[in-house]
Amino acid sequence: MTDSVAIRLRGLTRRFGDVVAVDGVDLDVMDGEFLTLLGPSGSGKTTVLRMIAGFERPDAGLIELGGADVTRVPPYGRDVNTVFQDYALFPHMTVQENVEYGLRVKKVAKAERRERAQAALESVRLDGYGDRAPSQLSGGQRQRVALARALVNRPKVLLLDEPLGALDLKLREEMQVELKEIQRGVGITFVFVTHDQDEALTMSDRIAVFNAGRIEQLGSPTEVYEHPATPFVAGFVGTSNLLEQAAAQAVLGKPGTWSVRPEKIRVIGTDEPVREGEHAVRGTVREVIYVGMSTRFVVDLEVGGSLMAVQQNAEGSTDLGHMRGQPVLLVWNTRHEYKVAD
Amino acid sequence: MTTTMTPAPRGGFGYRHPRMRLAGLLTPPMLWLVVIYLGSLAALFLTAFWSINDFTGQLVRTFTLDNFIEVFTNSAYYVVILRTLGIALLVTLTCLVIGLPLAFFMARVATPRWRPLLVALVLTPLWASYLVKVYAWRAMLQPEDGVIAWFLSPLGLGGPGYGFLGIVITLSYLWMPYMILPIYAGLTRMPESILDASADLGAQNGRTFRSVVMPMVFPSIVAGSIFTFSLSLGDYITAQIVGGKVTMLGNVVQTTYVTNLPFAAAVATIPVIIVLLYLFAVRRSGALDNL
Repeated sequence: MTDSVAIRLRGLTRRFGDVVAVDGVDLDVMDGEFLTLLGPSGSGKTTVLRMIAGFERPDAGLIELGGADVTRVPPYGRDVNTVFQDYALFPHMTVQENVEYGLRVKKVAKAERRERAQAALESVRLDGYGDRAPSQLSGGQRQRVALARALVNRPKVLLLDEPLGALDLKLREEMQVELKEIQRGVGITFVFVTHDQDEALTMSDRIAVFNAGRIEQLGSPTEVYEHPATPFVAGFVGTSNLLEQAAAQAVLGKPGTWSVRPEKIRVIGTDEPVREGEHAVRGTVREVIYVGMSTRFVVDLEVGGSLMAVQQNAEGSTDLGHMRGQPVLLVWNTRHEYKVAD
Repeated sequence: MTTTMTPAPRGGFGYRHPRMRLAGLLTPPMLWLVVIYLGSLAALFLTAFWSINDFTGQLVRTFTLDNFIEVFTNSAYYVVILRTLGIALLVTLTCLVIGLPLAFFMARVATPRWRPLLVALVLTPLWASYLVKVYAWRAMLQPEDGVIAWFLSPLGLGGPGYGFLGIVITLSYLWMPYMILPIYAGLTRMPESILDASADLGAQNGRTFRSVVMPMVFPSIVAGSIFTFSLSLGDYITAQIVGGKVTMLGNVVQTTYVTNLPFAAAVATIPVIIVLLYLFAVRRSGALDNL
């Protein structure tokens, strides 16, 4: 990653009728960075991506690619390529023709075209599939063709619009690793749109969390997860685990809304000791949920509200169902509590 | 456990006798298709190879190719064949040139709210009587004071009047919806992201239209052309009303079937064969799946 800016957005705004889809977004994407736009549907993340690609015109604001203002430049004049959510492969062309399309449009000589398309197909492990029609491929394969079709043009920036959304869980996890490896290999700037927080945390250098057309927080996965800046981020990235106003005052002795991640909380018996530098709160176990690798406890607090705690099922008996209805103590180190609102 | 047994529920008659159910479903349409439709077609083909006794006017039921030899060697007839083919091709081309941009507008430019209204507008002429529409064109094409002549007169031009051009214009108008609707349907099936992808890969609009839109809607265009082409080939009323002295194959059939039924049958067979050849030629384009 270098220090130069690949994409610069300033005051980017887009309205659809009365709805403000994107509301004055400022964002700098660095060269070679993997940046994820994360947010629920309707939060404006896809619209931002489509404006960078040139499919949507902003109502206000500025888009710069590599220092040049492209706000009014049509998609075919921008040095970016897109991987679409539905892949958007041309059904009347073979895989090879699909991958070559961008090069053919730019009048690259036939021999070089062949060679680069072959190389691109190899890089997504689809060599030998060139003569197939897109309809003869599986979802994961189509996804990789779409990736090859974009990468073969060696764009400055690759835009990915929820490209893994249509894949099943296992394939999605494989592709997450693969995408990250490809991105490291080619060194191209990736802007990746998703609503899946795990995907965002797994792959990104930085995450921009979107809500209602604005960026709520911009930071590394660790920052966004461990230090959520707002209650929205705390809730959207990870489980919303909030101590609100009165409860915070009672437990922490401080005002405001505070967040503690579930895996930072230990569940202990009411008579067990609390260590130095820890906060503790009494509650009753409402629900015990076994999820394989770990067990989740939902605990109703005596001071009001509830918290979730997650415990690894490391060894021994892990059937903790008997704890339902039991009084417990929730404890956590004070350095894991973060203020998300006043 | 108690020993009372309830009998298993039994399916209806059709469930227990699937063959009978199939027979019940297919008998009426098969009767219609085989006896009335294919039967009359077979009768047409058969009659085309018979002849008429010149003196008695009686049907001679012996095989002969005379009718076809007459049609293809007598210039009066093969000119009509070529003219009819020309009209059908021109009508198809006109419908395509006008219908394609219109269908594109309806499917991809107009907001989704307007689409049903535009489709209804395109369909509206189909609900009006064929004769009313053709006579309306007769009035408009009228050589001296028809609407078209009146519009063109300030430019020093005359109207097309009655004849070849009049037939092409009128038939194009009549069959236009049959071209627009399949193309419209084909274009609405095309995802927006396909067009975005083409632009994203560097193609300007003209290139996208040539390399992506056209190949993808081609089957729909062929589907539409099957309608415009075959409907034009078989038409004879339009030629009668706005054709002036120009005749089409249908007019030949109309004027000969009373006096020489086998000859009329041979002439009527020609458009059927042309359409079959056309269908055979386009079957690989996927158009037949689009009808």
